[in-house]
Amino acid sequence: MGRIIIHQDRCSGCGECVSTCPFGAISLVSNRAQVNEQCVLCQACLSVCPTEAISLEEKKKDQPLVNGFSYEGVWVFGEQRQGIISEVVYELMGEGRRLADKLGTHLWVIVLGSGLQSEAEHLLHYGADRVCLVDHPDLADFHDESYTRVVSYLIEKYRPEIVLSGATAIGRSFIPRVAVRLKAGLTADCTALDVDLDQRLLLQTRPAFGGNIMATIITPVHRPQMATVRPKVMKKAAYSPLPKGRVQIETVPEDLIVPQTRIVSLVKDLTERVNLADADIIVAGGRGVGGAENFKLLYDLANVLGAAVGASRAAVDAGWIPYSHQVGQTGKTVCPKLYIACGISGAIQHLVGMQSSETIVAINKDSQAPIFSVADYGLVGNLFEIIPSLTKKLQEERLKF
Amino acid sequence: MDYFLTEEQIMIRDLARKIAQEKILPVRAELDEREEFPWPIIQCLAEADLFGVYLPEEYGGCGGGCFELCLAVEELSRVCGGVAVSYAASALGAFPILLFGNAQQKERYLPEIAQGKKLAAFALTEANAGSDAGGIQTTARLEGDEYVLNGTKQWITNGGEAHIYTVIAMTDRSKGSRGASAFIVEKGTPGFSFGKKEKKMGIRSSATRELVFTDCRIPKENLLAKEGMGFMVAMKTLDNSRPGIGAQAVGIAQGALDEALDYARERVQFGKPISSFQAIQHMMADMATQIEAARALTYAAARYIDSGAKDVSKVSAMAKVFASDVAMNVTTQAVQILGGYGYMREYPVEKMMRDAKITQIYEGTNQIQRNVIALSLIKERAQKR
Amino acid sequence: MKIIVCIKQVPETGNVKIDPQTHTLIRSGVPSIINPLDTYAIEEALRWKEKLGASTLVLSMGPPQAEEALREAVSMGIDQALLLTDRRFAGADTYATAYTLSLAIRKLAPYDLIFCGKQAIDGDTAQVGPALAEHLGIPHIAYVKKIEDIDLQKATVRAHRLMEDGYEILDSRLPALLTVVKEINEPRFPSLKGKMRAKKLEIPIWGADDLGGEVANFGLSGSPTQVKGIFAPPARGKGEILTGEAPLIAQTLIERLKAQKII
Repeated sequence: MGRIIIHQDRCSGCGECVSTCPFGAISLVSNRAQVNEQCVLCQACLSVCPTEAISLEEKKKDQPLVNGFSYEGVWVFGEQRQGIISEVVYELMGEGRRLADKLGTHLWVIVLGSGLQSEAEHLLHYGADRVCLVDHPDLADFHDESYTRVVSYLIEKYRPEIVLSGATAIGRSFIPRVAVRLKAGLTADCTALDVDLDQRLLLQTRPAFGGNIMATIITPVHRPQMATVRPKVMKKAAYSPLPKGRVQIETVPEDLIVPQTRIVSLVKDLTERVNLADADIIVAGGRGVGGAENFKLLYDLANVLGAAVGASRAAVDAGWIPYSHQVGQTGKTVCPKLYIACGISGAIQHLVGMQSSETIVAINKDSQAPIFSVADYGLVGNLFEIIPSLTKKLQEERLKF
Repeated sequence: MDYFLTEEQIMIRDLARKIAQEKILPVRAELDEREEFPWPIIQCLAEADLFGVYLPEEYGGCGGGCFELCLAVEELSRVCGGVAVSYAASALGAFPILLFGNAQQKERYLPEIAQGKKLAAFALTEANAGSDAGGIQTTARLEGDEYVLNGTKQWITNGGEAHIYTVIAMTDRSKGSRGASAFIVEKGTPGFSFGKKEKKMGIRSSATRELVFTDCRIPKENLLAKEGMGFMVAMKTLDNSRPGIGAQAVGIAQGALDEALDYARERVQFGKPISSFQAIQHMMADMATQIEAARALTYAAARYIDSGAKDVSKVSAMAKVFASDVAMNVTTQAVQILGGYGYMREYPVEKMMRDAKITQIYEGTNQIQRNVIALSLIKERAQKR
Repeated sequence: MKIIVCIKQVPETGNVKIDPQTHTLIRSGVPSIINPLDTYAIEEALRWKEKLGASTLVLSMGPPQAEEALREAVSMGIDQALLLTDRRFAGADTYATAYTLSLAIRKLAPYDLIFCGKQAIDGDTAQVGPALAEHLGIPHIAYVKKIEDIDLQKATVRAHRLMEDGYEILDSRLPALLTVVKEINEPRFPSLKGKMRAKKLEIPIWGADDLGGEVANFGLSGSPTQVKGIFAPPARGKGEILTGEAPLIAQTLIERLKAQKII
């Protein structure tokens, strides 16, 4: 374990590091900086010290792995729902392939379900060296405990060095249990991955503090290194007509599969469903929209664009539109091709939910609104005039074709 | 300014502020537009125990007084004067019971009021009896074990929404003001109905209705104090409640200044924020100074009442008259600072200006307050001689 | 019935400001609050307490000042509070946090339900709830948007679990851990009487020695993951500002978007 050292002889007590530390781990004690136990070794303080009084005492290199086994290979959890492999699996395979190639190792996909032979074979077209299939009627539906036991069993049997899963409702629910069972390191909701070839470490980047800063997380000595990855962040693996891998049928002890929870029914909630996560274009409204009835303007624009309608927390809290439309910190994270923010000032909690959109258009009457700082196109003016103009012009264009 | 609040007073202020910010702010414009009584917010204030801040612990209150009530009213008013008056009017309706009720009456009514399970209202004003309460025409006639009420009360805040009404009616018209008595009437009593909901200039989320009594029979136990003490009950009640109007006015004014300050810092004209212009700066300095003076006087009056002092009419009237004049002035200036935007309903200051106006009128017009103050002055001077 | 609610004290990130030069957080003056999603867990515990009768306890691991968050929970109506604080707990990742909480909860057994918020707004991992259930060896249901029924006789709970395309209704045996999403309820405000009770309530503090367990599994040293570095999110390039008459800027925008083949 490394630690931050502050060389008291060089410290000028200027306090730069104190205000920089995002964890509040440095304080001034008799005019010299001191690190307390809140420190997580993020090293943000190193670069700001004007007198170079701060250094990191590196941990010993080549520290042995905790349990002494050797681990190799990259795994992707092949999430499926109702027998269909989830979209995020193909994205993870694209990324997993890249990491595996860099490490010079193999890529496996682990599929749990029932009657999934052909789906498993299909996955081979996306760059898997092997698809490991556990086919059992009781695994058709997702159950936290049985999935935890089966996946843990396979990991202990084959010892992959990296295990990736989608940061989906399923992945975020049971993967933490797997990590505890194996005492593996787990990093949630990653937006970028890479490897440090020198130490064969997975570099996991994720937003922290509501997207205000990005953190890179490593798992120095525990294996496997596990991560859940946000859907729609990684590039989908390319289809190859000639698969090179094979499907391997795994049988696991029956007692691992007995579910502890029972699904009573499954409700496709289409009324409440606002498919923000899948939308290519989102038209979103905030406090400036001024009322529930005014959201009609946004729906009109969304209709000509084939877009979904989103909202800021202010609009949802005011009761103008249901919570399922909320984008941001406490709502959904979206990354459409085009995000049109109407009457949204751009509070940080909204920005973190949409700032990875490819193109952002902001319409706001206040030219100083923070939303303009992330916008590719900022339209300063009255949204009640601009939105209908956009709708009208787009309709006219459509008629021309 | 630090008014040296106790820990409990800070709790009351912070809780009222939190509810105002999180619950009232998002809906105040809509409530105003729709003239909708804010039941969900009343519910929320009830769950937070705020309806009991001025009531004794033995009746389920928190053991505070007039000052604690003022703190809550001010914070609510800072965001919405309409919601605040719906809250404060329940206290106005409860004061007669608190001040003049016997043990049974207090036990029966105060706990539900303290918990906010039931709202209270106070009914004095009539069509021909405004500033001149001597003109009251509603009568209460004793028949066996019951009083029979006949007449119509006008512009009663919380009318129709409240459950417990304290009503001033004449038991002996020949005695003039000494012939008035105070009664507790519950909603649902046969012969007790409500007139139409009034359409008002401001405080539009609050409910204002007529109370109509047609041979309304109430048990004689519902008489407060004694027959003939009705005016005394009304005057003492208003003495206790007027700092609450002061607090409402201070809150509205503070809310308007907050808006004006934010706007002045953001609005750029001639290449600079308008807050950098001395004309605007002096306006804001005067607004802030007036508000602080009004607050200091209101708090002092409330604390004086809570000390148990008897001669509270003058100082209570001063707090009301000064703070409400300040509120009218400050909100008008806030609209001026926001200019054209200030005049638009899109911004909250025009509502604040409309809300402020009533504070100069209700619970005794400011002209009547000045009469009260002047009479006290003359009386005090005469007594010293 | 006994319900345990796990909460975390977090900086109110809605107010967090970023230093434009260093791109780091300006922490001073940022108030600490109960993680907003945990307030839904508190509310749900209170609702079931009111419905079925239960003793409720709120638990947090954190620095000594996390006591404020516990008092806030008590002021909403939770009966008891317990704080886990020790220098040796500091720097814990989700594994070590869940481990530490699990030791405390084992000492608090028996219990019927554990409620957690879906995730904390500072870390956003959503991992501690499920990880805690695994440490305790009990089932969990994540993303609960409704609890239909708690049957103490049969020791079962029926809940609605939010999924990407709808929800699942599922039964679990008790004791179980549930992580809740904000659709589940609307948290109440604290009450004045609750605040007064919270002010006086004695909150026990447990450290590593009270919990037992392996010291090496606490805090930074017990954490498999480590922060290697932090950096500012990549800034977006300066955008183009369009001003003028609505029809004109609307036209210009459409042309720009078309030129880039966005629409």
